[in-house]
Amino acid sequence: MTGDVMISLKNVSKVFDSAEGSAAVHDLSMDIVRGETVVLVGPSGCGKTTTMKMINRLVEPTSGEITVNGTDVMKQDPVELRRGIGYVIQSIGLMPHRTIAQNIATVPELLKWDATKVKQRVAELSDILELDEALLGRYPNELSGGQRQRVGVARALAVDPPVMLMDEPFGAVDPIVRERLQDQFLDLQDRLKKTIVFVTHDIDEAIKMADRIAILNRGGVIEQFASPEEILRSPANDFVKQFVGVERGLKRLALLKVSQIGIEEGPVVSPEAPIRDAERAMEKFDYDWCSVVEDGELLGWVDRESLGGCLTVAEAQARPFSAYVTHDSTLREALDSIVTSRTQVAVVASGGQRYVGILSLERISKEIIS
Amino acid sequence: MNLAQADRPTIKWSWIGDNSDKIFARFIEHIELTVLAVAIGLLISVPLAIYAYRHRWFYTPLTSVTGILYTIPSLALFAFLLPYTGLTVQTAEIGLVGYTLLILIRNIVAGLAGVPPDVREAARGMGFSSGQMLWRVEMPLALPVIMAGVRLATVTTVGLVTVTALIGKGGLGFFILSGMRTDFITAILVGSILSLVLAVTVDGLLVYLERRITPWSRSRAGQRRPAPKTQSSIGPRVA
Ligand SMILES: Nc1ncnc2c1ncn2[C@@H]1O[C@H](COP(=O)(O)OP(=O)(O)O)[C@@H](O)[C@H]1O
Ligand SMILES: [Mg+2]
Repeated sequence: MTGDVMISLKNVSKVFDSAEGSAAVHDLSMDIVRGETVVLVGPSGCGKTTTMKMINRLVEPTSGEITVNGTDVMKQDPVELRRGIGYVIQSIGLMPHRTIAQNIATVPELLKWDATKVKQRVAELSDILELDEALLGRYPNELSGGQRQRVGVARALAVDPPVMLMDEPFGAVDPIVRERLQDQFLDLQDRLKKTIVFVTHDIDEAIKMADRIAILNRGGVIEQFASPEEILRSPANDFVKQFVGVERGLKRLALLKVSQIGIEEGPVVSPEAPIRDAERAMEKFDYDWCSVVEDGELLGWVDRESLGGCLTVAEAQARPFSAYVTHDSTLREALDSIVTSRTQVAVVASGGQRYVGILSLERISKEIIS
Repeated sequence: MNLAQADRPTIKWSWIGDNSDKIFARFIEHIELTVLAVAIGLLISVPLAIYAYRHRWFYTPLTSVTGILYTIPSLALFAFLLPYTGLTVQTAEIGLVGYTLLILIRNIVAGLAGVPPDVREAARGMGFSSGQMLWRVEMPLALPVIMAGVRLATVTTVGLVTVTALIGKGGLGFFILSGMRTDFITAILVGSILSLVLAVTVDGLLVYLERRITPWSRSRAGQRRPAPKTQSSIGPRVA
């Protein structure tokens, strides 16, 4: 990770008065870089929420030091500090007595922005989060769960804070809506580049949302703090391995893009070429078929059977591939293409039908094992 | 109807006409005594209830004391106050205010306790100071429960005002008392029917007021959060 540190926790501990000496978070240190999304993930009660709440002083650390943008949070007025940090919780906590527009305007109003500026900002945010203008005058209890969640995010973004704290923000909605909200939020984060601390207990959500994942164990102990890819590739210990669960390989495939691994050239022949060329290409790769490519354009495939009795490849009538993948496809999609195609490989094409090469099962599994 | 009227003392309509000025004046006095009592009651209850809500230890002694005030028979209370404050408005108001306190305090505390914890947490996380939290989040959200207390206190006070006729005030109670003393049914009926009408009207007005100031609590009533449990443990149930 490069870049400057936005949030830093140094030897932070929290012992709750009622907890009789056992620490909710014990000696936790972590640096979060400007613009990255760090996901805290771990079993229930491991101290994720406590860790997050110490950053905006909803919970005061018992010991240790926390800085946001270089300033010690304990030396700032907590109310001022919180107004500069976006905050989203699972149950959202929209104010039932205020309309959606008023809810979004909460922090701007606390900061005494003038009314025209507030109005403008609310319009902007409802646009960004695709909230229908008709919703703005309604009250929260008139909205669906997904809509409320987006209002919660809009509200947290209202004064464009550089840091966002999100505690299981999509935990309360059904899986389909959750996936949409996650995608929408990823798009948003691509543009906004906030520094985000995101709490979840769902490893798949963590893998999807995170630049880096911190896997916590009881007492806020960090078992591993690394990119999702690295955590899946080389889990630090049994706890991480178990938490990440089965299908570690498949989960990694979902993270890797076709463009990230070497693509093989594969057997290729031009339609004008004599049959002999096609046979040579097949022999070279030890396949019984080959792609037909004309000026870089993928026409389809032919095999020994269809070439029988023909003089040129063109005569053999290339058959189209049933599916192909692009540079942006995940390896998981490529794998799907491999196991469902008769040719047992994924054909990679770009920009419509431009032939790039092929991906074989061997190539993908080599990537996963390395 | 005609048969029934024959054997009974009839209402002297002419008396009502002749005394309409006096009746109107007493009607106004009744409203004044009521409004003053509830207003003072609120002025005392709001800070006490807020304190009791923030410092839980204070709630039990507070409701014990106001509970005693609430259960003292009104006659006894006025008799007790007479040597100190005499036949004055103060005597009447001290008694009337005393009766509103328990109702108001209980409902204000219950209303505050019923504020959803997630709303409070989100507000704190967004940077509300504790004063802003109270006046912009907690009190507005407690309003339906507080208004229910105000209605109950007001209707109770309308009834109690008639008793203050015994110490020379009483609003419409004056007619009930003098009617009983002189066995004059018309005055009794005027006093009691008008105070009943007053109670029902004021209650209706307060319901209307509550709807106006809490438009959010009506929208899609079916989707409202279930009432929090704390409400039943302290304070009267709310309609
Ligand atoms: N306000 C509190 N008072 C006492 N103990 C608490 C409080 N908040 C959290 N805890 C305890 O601290 C531990 C960590 O809690 P939390 O941070 O909420 O975990 P997570 O968010 O990972 O589920 C738990 O054992 C929890 O019971
Ligand atoms: Mg939690």
